[in-house]
This record gives sequence, C-alpha cells and structure tokens, in this order.
Amino acid sequence: MEQAVTIFIDGLTYASWLFIVALGLTLVFGVLKILNIAHGSFYAIGAYAAASFVGWGAAMKLAPGWSIVAMLLAAAAVAALLAPLTERGLLRFFYGRDEVLLVLVTYALFLIFEDLTKLVWGANPYYVSEPYALFGNVEVGRQVYVGYDFMLVGMALLVGGLVWWGLNRTRSGKIVLAVIHSEEVAASMGVKVSRVYALAFSVGIFLAALGGAFTAPMISVQPGVSVGVIIVSFAVVIIGGLGSIEGAAIGALIVGLARSLAVHVAPVAELFSIYIVMAVVLMFRPEGLFQRIQARKI
Amino acid sequence: MGFATRAPAAIGLLLTALLLGAGCLMPKWLTFLITMAASHGLVSLGIVLLMRGGVVSFGQGLVFAAGGYAAALAFAQLGITDALGLTLIGGAVATLLAAPFAPLLARYRGIFFAMLTLALSMVAYGALVKVSALGGSDGFNMGRATLFGQKLPDAQVGYVLYSVTVVMSALLAIAARRCFDSTRGLVTLAVRENELRVEYLGGSVREAMAINFMLAAFVGGAGGALTVMSLGHIDPNFSYWTTSGEFVFVAILAGWQSVLAVFVASLVLEMVRSFSSLYFPNTWQLALGLFLLFVIRFLPRGIGSLWFRDKP
Repeated sequence: MEQAVTIFIDGLTYASWLFIVALGLTLVFGVLKILNIAHGSFYAIGAYAAASFVGWGAAMKLAPGWSIVAMLLAAAAVAALLAPLTERGLLRFFYGRDEVLLVLVTYALFLIFEDLTKLVWGANPYYVSEPYALFGNVEVGRQVYVGYDFMLVGMALLVGGLVWWGLNRTRSGKIVLAVIHSEEVAASMGVKVSRVYALAFSVGIFLAALGGAFTAPMISVQPGVSVGVIIVSFAVVIIGGLGSIEGAAIGALIVGLARSLAVHVAPVAELFSIYIVMAVVLMFRPEGLFQRIQARKI
Repeated sequence: MGFATRAPAAIGLLLTALLLGAGCLMPKWLTFLITMAASHGLVSLGIVLLMRGGVVSFGQGLVFAAGGYAAALAFAQLGITDALGLTLIGGAVATLLAAPFAPLLARYRGIFFAMLTLALSMVAYGALVKVSALGGSDGFNMGRATLFGQKLPDAQVGYVLYSVTVVMSALLAIAARRCFDSTRGLVTLAVRENELRVEYLGGSVREAMAINFMLAAFVGGAGGALTVMSLGHIDPNFSYWTTSGEFVFVAILAGWQSVLAVFVASLVLEMVRSFSSLYFPNTWQLALGLFLLFVIRFLPRGIGSLWFRDKP
C-alpha cells in the first residue's frame, strides 16, 4: 500500500512537468502542424536560463523566494527571444510542406541548438538547488516528500487550466481554434494567420522553457537533457492524440505512472516502459486516445 | 530489357570496378570512410524504398542494430566468421525481426508511422542497454572476419572489408533499382500518389507497404552487419534515435528517385561529419543542421533530382 502511494506520487510529479512541456508541443502541432523535435532544445535552454537567472539572483543577495520569479522570468525571456527568431526567421519558409519533412527541419534545428547551448553554457553541469528547498517537506503516511514536487503538480493544473481557458473562453483563443479548424476559411474572414502562428509558437516555446526552468532544481542541467525530454514528450502527445489538451494531460499521467511503476517494481524496464505503452496505444487507437477521426482524403 | 533497365546495372558495376581499383591507391582513412558511407547508405536505401510509398521510418536504427548484433553474435557464439555469410545473417535476422511488425505498421502513415517505428527502435535501445550478456551500454567487441575461409592479415584487412562492403552495396543497390522498376515498385509509387485508386484498381496497399518494410529491414540489417565488421565494435547506440535520424537525413538528402544518390548522400554525410569534427569539433552538429536546412530549402527533392529530371 505504502509503495503504491509512493509510485502514485512519483508518477504524478513526473507527469506534472511533462504535461507542461507536452502541452506546448501539442499546441504547436495543433496550430502549425509541426511536430517539433527542437521542443526538447527549448526545454533545455529554459533549464539553462533558469540556472543563470537564479545564479544572478543569488549574486544580488535577493531572498530565496525570488528564485521562483527568476525561473518564471527565464522561461519568458527564452520565449520572447527565441520563438519569434525561429518562427519568423526559419519555420515560415517551410509551411505547407510534408509533415515528415517538417519533422526533419526541426531535427536540424535541434542539432543547431545542441551546439549553441554548449557554446553558451559550456559542457559542465549546473545545479539549481536553491528553489528546491523553498516549499519544505510534506509527510504522507510515514514517507517524507519534497514540497516542491507538490507545487509542480499545482502549477501543472494551473497552466493547463489557463491554456484551456485562453483557448475556449477568450476572443483570441477562439481565433486560434478557427485557424486550427481551417486556416483558409479563417484567413478569408480576415484573421491574420501568420500572427496566430507566431502567437501559438511563442506560447508553445514558453511552455517548453517553463517546464525546463521548473525542473532545473530537480536535475543536473547538462548537455543531453533535451534528447531525453523530447522522446518522452513525443510519447505523451502520441498517446493522448496530437493537438489535444485533455490528451496531453491523460498521456502525461499514463507515461508518468508507467515510468514510476517501472522504476519501483521492475527497474530493468524503466527505459522502455514508456515506449511499450505508446506502441500498445497506437496499435489499438492509431490516432491517439483523444484525436477526432479525420476524413480520408481522396 | 531495354537500355533503360540495363543501364543502371551497368553503371553500378562500372562504378564498383572503379572503386575496387581506386581502393588500392587510397589512404586507409579514405577506404574506411567509404566503407562506412556504403554500409550506412544501405540503411538509408531502405528508407528511400519506404519513402517511395510515402512513409518515412524514424526507427531504422532498429534493423541496423539487429543486423549488427546478429553478425557480431554469430561470429562470437556460432563461430561463423565469413564476411559474406555474416552480412546475409545480418540481413536475414533483421528481416525476421521486422516481419511480425510489418503487417501492423502497414496500416500507418505519415507522422504515426514515423513515431511508431521510432518507438520500436527505442524499445530495442532500452532493452539492449539493460542486457548485460550483450555488454549493456558499452556493447562488445567483435573479432576479425574471414573471407572464403582465408584469414585476413593486418595489412589487407581494411581493403578486403572495403571491397566486400562496396560489392555487397552495389549488388543490393542494383537489386533495389530492379525492385523500384518492378510492378510492386510502381504500385508503391502509386500508393504515394493516391491509395484509394490503387485499391480500386485491385492492388493491395498494405501488402506493398508490408513487403517494402521487410525489404528495407533486409538492406538495413546487411548494412548493420557490414558496419560492425569494419568497426569491430557494437553498442546500443546503433538503435538510438539520433542514429536513425542520420539515416533519414541521408535519405532526404538523396531524394527518392535515384539509388546512386543515396550512396553519394551517405558519402557527403560521412565527409561533413569527419571534416567538421576535425576542424570544428565543438560545432559539427551545428554545421550538420545548417547543411540539412540548406538542402531541404533549396533541393527539396534531394541531390538525386540533379540528374533525374525526366519524371515529376
């Protein structure tokens, strides 16, 4: 029983940051129809930026509580700086091309960012331990858990709720939905599609960087974090159905629980438990759990 | 058989003879580079075969690793040391591994095909890392292969394996050309254009896709076996997704029209990789990424389209 609680809480924590990252991925796919391999790079850059920002905060002798603000600022800075550069400067030249070719474009982008992050931050690991202790410890039964983990779960709920509200209850959200539904009709109604693309891409990148910034205290930030994250978040959005918020939430939960179950019960299976789940889901629901069936094109 | 069907085979054999002759004069690093380009090119050839049907596999590392591990294990455990035999074993084992998945994968298209193949290769990666009998994440070394019962002395081993790789690649490339121009190859092209029409005309889309996947597995496995014989080492990274990504890279760079272009593209990748890791070791991925973007932007149908203009 106690182990079941541990597995559940571990899985939930893992699922929460994964959901934030995967939400960005699924949003970008929903609007721009690009499955973005470089999403993992933005996650990594978010983590590195958070390490730098928190470091500067500490150097200025700010109270530890400010490190949360520093991490938020880091994510926002990454999105504000890199999203327009990538979308306007590069991706827009490839719109309308084959989906798989677009995956390869972002693969090229991923390779470029891998080296750029190494050039900027070097190859040594960064540790951002400061914010991790901010929320104290929580006792559940006889086990002690770090409060930060529960804060992450709350943040994932908040972010998911905000994105849902933004898409379904605001004017600009409705416009985004219209573009997702049919870009041509939206354009003919006077919607500036390129602006919607830029907006959606920026929000997506912000979510990736946010996930990176807030996981930075839990990991050592070093080259290679981008690779692991991108493959796992692919699994999440494929399981949930590309372009679906509920799908990303359920997918993240499934992946998080499958992974923590594997870690605690059968450590040998840790690496591939996620992919087995993904393969099984794809076999029975080729379009993912939450994807609407699309008409076959003649 | 007219000129059009015989010409590619003639060109292939001529090029092979030229490469074998020139190999005697080449420095060792160059023969090794060409060996790697040819054996990796085989895997990409499999992707091109799939691309002709409109799907791209992001998990060809799976069959590459299957062929490599099969050859290395047959060498170490079964005592089979002949280079040609090991190549065939690599191809056969990869095909057997792919066979149960082929009918399943034949139902998927586009991004889902890519992701499902990616998932399969990553399952294999995860499993290989954990199997300590196969050396875990370090992999294991493989001894020196033989050819027709002859041991290969130090001075010649590089050249002999180079020749084996070049000849095997040429034979498989010619076979691939024949396959592209066969009835099934043309059905595959039609699938890419319009699946429903193929079905209306009585062709089986799924059968074509499943068989293509198995053929791609065979060439990929053979490529893995040839690679491991020249490298003398295998590890789970053979099945990692970035390895698969490089195979897709070469396939996109080559385009789906020409078989020769696949090997040219593979050679270009190997050269870019070794020269940039020599001259700018910290930014070679950056160079590779920029190069890839350049190709996709300005040569959308690959370098094969430079000399293959007749068909749209």
